[in-house]
Amino acid sequence: MPDVSPAFAEIFLAVGICVVLITDLFLPQARRDITYVLALLCLVGTAWISSTIEVGSSPTVRFSGLFIADPLSQFLKIFVIAIVGVAFVYSREYLRERDLYKGEYYVLGLFALLGIMVMISAFSMLTMYLGLEMLSLALYAMVAFDRESPIAAEAAMKYFVLGAIASGILLYGMSIIYGVTGSLQLDQVAANLMASGPGQWSAGLGVVFILVGVAFKFGAVPFHMWLPDVYQGAPTSVTLFIGTAPKIAAFAMAIRLLVEGLGPEAATWQPMLTVLAVLSLAVGNILAIAQTNIKRMLAYSAIAHVGFILLGLLAGNEAGREAALFYTLIYVIMAAGAFGMVILMSRAGFEADRLDDYKGLNARSPWFAGIMLVLMFSLTGLPPFAGFFAKWSILAALVDADKIWLAALAVLFSVIGAFYYLRVVRLMYFDQGLDRTAPEAGLDLRILLSLNGLALLALGLFPDWLLRICTAVMA
Amino acid sequence: MLTLTHFLTLSAILFSISIAGIFINRKNMILLLMCIELMLLAVNFNFIALSRYLDDIAGQVFVFFVLTVAAAEAAIGLAILVIVFRTRQSINVQDLDSLKG
Repeated sequence: MPDVSPAFAEIFLAVGICVVLITDLFLPQARRDITYVLALLCLVGTAWISSTIEVGSSPTVRFSGLFIADPLSQFLKIFVIAIVGVAFVYSREYLRERDLYKGEYYVLGLFALLGIMVMISAFSMLTMYLGLEMLSLALYAMVAFDRESPIAAEAAMKYFVLGAIASGILLYGMSIIYGVTGSLQLDQVAANLMASGPGQWSAGLGVVFILVGVAFKFGAVPFHMWLPDVYQGAPTSVTLFIGTAPKIAAFAMAIRLLVEGLGPEAATWQPMLTVLAVLSLAVGNILAIAQTNIKRMLAYSAIAHVGFILLGLLAGNEAGREAALFYTLIYVIMAAGAFGMVILMSRAGFEADRLDDYKGLNARSPWFAGIMLVLMFSLTGLPPFAGFFAKWSILAALVDADKIWLAALAVLFSVIGAFYYLRVVRLMYFDQGLDRTAPEAGLDLRILLSLNGLALLALGLFPDWLLRICTAVMA
Repeated sequence: MLTLTHFLTLSAILFSISIAGIFINRKNMILLLMCIELMLLAVNFNFIALSRYLDDIAGQVFVFFVLTVAAAEAAIGLAILVIVFRTRQSINVQDLDSLKG
């Protein structure tokens, strides 16, 4: 009997999902809250189990080399569980107002979480692929969740087709790497690549295909086509989900595949990643200016932020990877808050997804205008908010790695990006809106959203402890 | 005598056909789903050939998982297709044009 204890969290979650699914089957619509509470209890249990799993300084590898438990995986899992919990709380009212308050949303969300956790702990290309598909299939279904909406169906179809192409390309790359190295296990892939001498054209071909798969998951230009459509077309609660937790999965995937598995081929993927990063920064920031829909604007902003994360990864040093981790965490918190604001502003029959809907928010609700201000400033990267330190650590890592021109480009595009974030602030504070109703929402949403905004301020004032954790888990 | 190169070439050709099929086809969404299946099968072909060549069973195990995932993927794809048809009365690729910018 192999020791399965490092995977207890995943096993608990899988069992919990089945319990939620079957319980939900027997509940009348009026009792849907039970499903919601069960889903949250599932998350709490999984987080607790994850935190009790002992991860030593040397990583634990289990299941014949398919599964790894290390400090990085433990930290990422607990963070992603927390983010999924936040997304569930934000979504409840939105779903209820639109007759979408069904158990499937939570079951699919939990399945996606399970996929993310498998990806975070993947130590073989097989587990990485299975985790990725578990995540993606759940997300496709979530986007099409509102069956009456034509744009949601369109977004789901586009997401599905492009996502399936991306996983096909990723798989093809994996098969080439398997052929070159004779192994699926990531440490053996790295060892065999090192032994046979990096820079072979066949390995390079595999790296290209795998990089396309990773870039698609991140939504890096030119593999970003799905992202704006999906963000805009999906119900906002689903956009919130897609815009947050899967970014952590993409980060884990990049670290495991590119750094741990294909590390010896870094000279091949670094230049390609540079092109992707610069294009993402440019296209994301410039096209975001032209948007009138806030969900679409945030989608382009996501593309721009992905550019920053990739810059951290391609710096090629320890500091760069730590900065990329820090940036991913901060970005996910900011994205959760921004989509949470869209949910807060919307009500039955009103999606609040146009920028004009935010006109004069200060007059209607000064507190939440303030929270939105914090979110927008943080996304821009203004001190003293957390987004500033995230950008700062990436730039510092780039300068350390002697890539000063990349750092300069990143700053330039951030300045361009400031325009569209600050435009939201201008609309809220200096424009008069036609709509005079104050946003209404339950206490849980309002408290959590306020905490979300304040967390960015707190992390901006005291970023050291999170930076220290990032350094500790990446080492 | 068939060598590994033959198998890998066939797999590469199948893969290219599937990619070309997705990008050239501007009519029917069901064709897109078929191309996606073909792509996964091309990958399977690659894995089996390499697994035999390397004398390593892991590649064949991977193929079983890919087949399973492909079935699940087809199910979700067809379900989404049904929703698209119900909301638009069309499964023409070019009719998917309301989201852009």
